[in-house]
Amino acid sequence: MDSVAQRLSAVGAGAALELRGVTRLFGALAALTDVTITVRPGERRAVLGSNGAGKTTLFNCITGDFPPSSGTIRFFGEDVTHFPPYERIRRGLRRTYQISALFPGLTVQDNVYLACRGVSRGRFSFLRPGQNDALMHAADNLVQAVHLAGVKDQPVAELAHGQQRQLEIALALAGAPRFVLFDEPAAGLSPTERQELVEILTSLPAHIGYIIIEHDMDVALRVVESVTMMHNGRIFKEGLPQEIESDPEVQELYLGGGHE
Amino acid sequence: MSVTHDTRVQVRPATAQRPALRGWPEINNPAAWIVASILLIMPLIANGFFLIEIFATTLILGTMALSLMLLAGYAGMVSLMQLTIAGFAAYMVAVFGVSGNANISLGWPWWLAVPMALALATIFGTLGGALAVRTEGIYTIMITLAIGAAFYYFTNQNWAIFNGHTGINTVATPHFWGVDWRADIPFYYIVLAVAALCYFAVEYVSRAPFGLTLQGVRDNPRRMAALGFNVNAHRVAAYAVASFIAALAGVLQVWNYRQISPGSVSVGACIDVLIIAVVGGITRPIGPYIGALIFVLLRTFALDFLVKIGLDGNRFRLLIGLGFLAIVFWSSDGVIGLWQRWRQSQRPAANRAGGGGRGHG
Repeated sequence: MDSVAQRLSAVGAGAALELRGVTRLFGALAALTDVTITVRPGERRAVLGSNGAGKTTLFNCITGDFPPSSGTIRFFGEDVTHFPPYERIRRGLRRTYQISALFPGLTVQDNVYLACRGVSRGRFSFLRPGQNDALMHAADNLVQAVHLAGVKDQPVAELAHGQQRQLEIALALAGAPRFVLFDEPAAGLSPTERQELVEILTSLPAHIGYIIIEHDMDVALRVVESVTMMHNGRIFKEGLPQEIESDPEVQELYLGGGHE
Repeated sequence: MSVTHDTRVQVRPATAQRPALRGWPEINNPAAWIVASILLIMPLIANGFFLIEIFATTLILGTMALSLMLLAGYAGMVSLMQLTIAGFAAYMVAVFGVSGNANISLGWPWWLAVPMALALATIFGTLGGALAVRTEGIYTIMITLAIGAAFYYFTNQNWAIFNGHTGINTVATPHFWGVDWRADIPFYYIVLAVAALCYFAVEYVSRAPFGLTLQGVRDNPRRMAALGFNVNAHRVAAYAVASFIAALAGVLQVWNYRQISPGSVSVGACIDVLIIAVVGGITRPIGPYIGALIFVLLRTFALDFLVKIGLDGNRFRLLIGLGFLAIVFWSSDGVIGLWQRWRQSQRPAANRAGGGGRGHG
């Protein structure tokens, strides 16, 4: 009952994702310190920062892979701070991993089918999907959307790196995502593959917001409307892409810092 | 260059077969039909000794190892308590049913005692699993081994229910429709039916959401959670299903030997189930049955063989141990892995002879 009331109040709350004072400690090391971020539904934002700035830890706190040490996280108004990851995913949150986290023993189709199954009922079903199974069709469509239809019956272990990155994105788009966290989706991609990635991101339905961690400014600044700059586990600067790009402090810290 | 090409040729046939897995691969496989036919007409070929001591025993042990294959092969959890669950079910059949120990057995008819035994053993295994899933890897092995060892010592020392080290003897077997179902031929068919049911159930479920999620959990539990799965719930469910399969095998085992004692649930016997599964191969449900056949043949005939070459016959475990070493050394996926590699090494040669070998790529 409580969560129904919370979800009703969420309608008026406005923010897709709201972090307040999120801190994450690893022993004595603070990977995140007092991070406060608000992202609107449908907003597309880049998180920049050098290695160790706390970008991936931020994602891990949002999805619950590592819960925050303190602070609160609200997802469409609902306090999900203490939810296990699967409860957050079932509410429409999605993520990809910097190093592909796939199921190498299964085929491409089965990987995507699992992603579709995870956010729907019948996760424990003993019945094989039939010819007209709706989730199988959904999986087929997703496989096509990321250009993997030609290899859908191949085990994932046999895929090329670029194909694995595309599958990584497909897994995050299963079901009805409301907000997606992309962790360096372009890592290790060729220029052509980067172009395809940009097309996939820009062609996402407008109501799906996302945060993208991306070192490649060509990719990052073409697919987002706002930028958050992190440094040493703190929010360093927030603004429009062009503001951040031309900010002397940011250039000092990151862009001009010899980072590729 | 040639090396890369060869690996690709090896990989392709396996890939090409993938779509068939969605249905029933056995239907298109003549070897499977031959094996099924031989198993069905076995009573015409084999005498009572072979029928029960070799084939029924193989199928019972194979079904126990199948429950481990489900856990280890699909869900990535090595459980050493599968024999303990089977033994628990066997004890429950003896305790609730009819036996020579009237002071212990409650005397229920078999059709009440067996469902009770299956239910209790499944609960027992599920609770053990709920403990074990809190750990990973070697700690799972340790917890399940501890449960197995604890059960062994408990049965040894508890006289009120388990009748201590003497166990429960002359356990009654079912008689109905005018048939003694423990007579060699009816019992063989019961065992064959249960084993076939379990085998096909595991094969079927491996392509259903239940089995696919377990394989996902095996490959990457963290990603499974990030796809909306409650990973531990799926692991416990796997233990529940595996426990039921092991319990079925336990019921057959107590009917086979008509007695159950702590010796049948010893730690050594727990490890035998692991050896059977690993020797056969845990990547596919057929592996445990192949492993069980090798194990039973060695156990039965190694004695004569060893005596013949002038060694102590009781050293048959030496042969099993050496075989186990050889398997894990040369083929980590067991005999079925050896078989698959042999088939693949034959295939390019056959294709080359036919002249169409490159058509695959």
